[in-house]
Amino acid sequence: MLTALFSSVEAGLLYAIMALGVYLSFRILDFPDLTVDGSFVTGAAVASVLIVNGTNPFLASFAALLAGFLAGCATGLLHTKGKINPLLSGILMMIALYSINLRIMGKPNVPLLQQETVVTIISDWWKGIGVDQALANIIPSFVPKTWAIVIVMFLFVIVLKMLIDLFLKTEIGLALRATGDNKKMIASFSGNTDQLTIVGLGISNALVAFSGALIAQYSGFSDIGMGIGMIVIGLASVIIGEALFGARTIARATFAVIGGAIVYRIVITLALRIQFLETGDVKLITAFIVIMALILPQFLSARMEKRRKLQAEKRGESVANSQTDYKSV
Amino acid sequence: MLTLKQITKAFNEGTLDEKVALKHINLTLEPGDFVTIIGSNGAGKSTLMNIISGRLTPDTGEVIIKGENVTNMSEHERARYIGRVFQDPMAGTAPNMTIEENLALAYNRTMKRTLRFGVTKKRREFFKETLQTLQLGLENRLNAKVGLLSGGERQALSLLIATFTKPHLLLLDEHTAALDPARAQLITELTKQIVEKERLTTLMVTHNMEQALQLGNRLIMMDRGQIIFEASGKEKEKLTVEKLLQEFQRIRGSQFASDRAVLV
Repeated sequence: MLTALFSSVEAGLLYAIMALGVYLSFRILDFPDLTVDGSFVTGAAVASVLIVNGTNPFLASFAALLAGFLAGCATGLLHTKGKINPLLSGILMMIALYSINLRIMGKPNVPLLQQETVVTIISDWWKGIGVDQALANIIPSFVPKTWAIVIVMFLFVIVLKMLIDLFLKTEIGLALRATGDNKKMIASFSGNTDQLTIVGLGISNALVAFSGALIAQYSGFSDIGMGIGMIVIGLASVIIGEALFGARTIARATFAVIGGAIVYRIVITLALRIQFLETGDVKLITAFIVIMALILPQFLSARMEKRRKLQAEKRGESVANSQTDYKSV
Repeated sequence: MLTLKQITKAFNEGTLDEKVALKHINLTLEPGDFVTIIGSNGAGKSTLMNIISGRLTPDTGEVIIKGENVTNMSEHERARYIGRVFQDPMAGTAPNMTIEENLALAYNRTMKRTLRFGVTKKRREFFKETLQTLQLGLENRLNAKVGLLSGGERQALSLLIATFTKPHLLLLDEHTAALDPARAQLITELTKQIVEKERLTTLMVTHNMEQALQLGNRLIMMDRGQIIFEASGKEKEKLTVEKLLQEFQRIRGSQFASDRAVLV
């Protein structure tokens, strides 16, 4: 049980990078970008093929990031220059990427089992510094295979989050946010909204593809179907995170998205432990979680509102009562 | 500062719905001119504003700002020269961003955006000083989201951020029309103050004749895509709402009728 939860935290941290990408398109640019289902696999495909052909895994992951950037820019071009509706631009790019991904991989599945990957490099380096033994002494009740991925990825994701926070405070970052918030306004202050949308979607999909590259190396293969429903998982992470941790400021929201990605993985792991649910039900559970995360806050706030009004009325009555008391005195 | 040469614009050409919005408009604004434009619905006032700002391109004619022909320049490039305030108080600011972030966005109007921070210590001081001129206490709420402000406050902020970088040309598109009378009066006063202080060349569209008479040194009346009446300086100062209506009837030979209620 603990081991299962531990690996869901590991996976959650890797998927958090994808979720941050979805946050950029969905929340910052206000653009529901379905490219994600394709660009995630593009990242995995580019990294896997390069690694199999002997490229340094870090370099291969960086190449995946660039490929994702290009895919996002293509969607941005379809929307801004081609004047195609955002959802349709994403869907078109997603379906186009399916074929492109197959071309990149040459076959539907590329195994990475005997290869040196970012994951194996980190794990080997980690063994050398002996933190696992130290931690095993401190927490003897729980000894996972290695702490390497969790700790290294946690630090990496936090650094990435802070970079995103800082970027969104730069002049370009502010203009990007304004593009999602009020296009007319930023255009009247000499912001090139087309260019900003294209770059924004590029960065978003770069993160998604990078996450795909890491997931492929973590799970030991890339597969043409590994991106199916990825946008929904990203949305789930964003929405769950915001509901649980709040999103008042950018720094808070990016933190929430990372938290959301981890919580999502944990929920799925726990759900799959229920007897009659099978692995194939994951997508159904995901859809259910997103629906709940969307409906519950509405329902709760409606109830809170009602309770608040009821209490206000009661207070009003007591005020009225006290007034009559006063008169009777 | 602004020259319009023979501007013509038609919509839905060659169909039953064809509408010529502007017919051979010629207009020149000298530096420091404050021109108010009045006219009934469909007179072409908004089309004219959109052609100057670059949202629309004219079918024929040229737009020249400070000696430069900007007819084919895109909206965002032209924005380096132009400050704009819209009718909708929600349109001129970004609601989910803070007051200081909105100021920072506007501050970058005339320069290339870079990876430097939008709000620096130095800029924040400058933003505070600038906000103080509004006397709405916004300088103490720099980190409040603009969406939390009232319509009047938002429009005051829109006006401020459109003007504090001293644009060559200020376009005001019925910017008080969506506010209640008290707020509208406040914004009108602010407009007067800011334009006078910064000596901005200004073009203001309004539905309100009183306001058109109260503000500016020149007045233009438009109807059916043409400029039908113009008054400036002393001549404008002597105008009244009644005189304007008479003038319109004399030129067009028809009653303002239904528009009268809206315009007065």
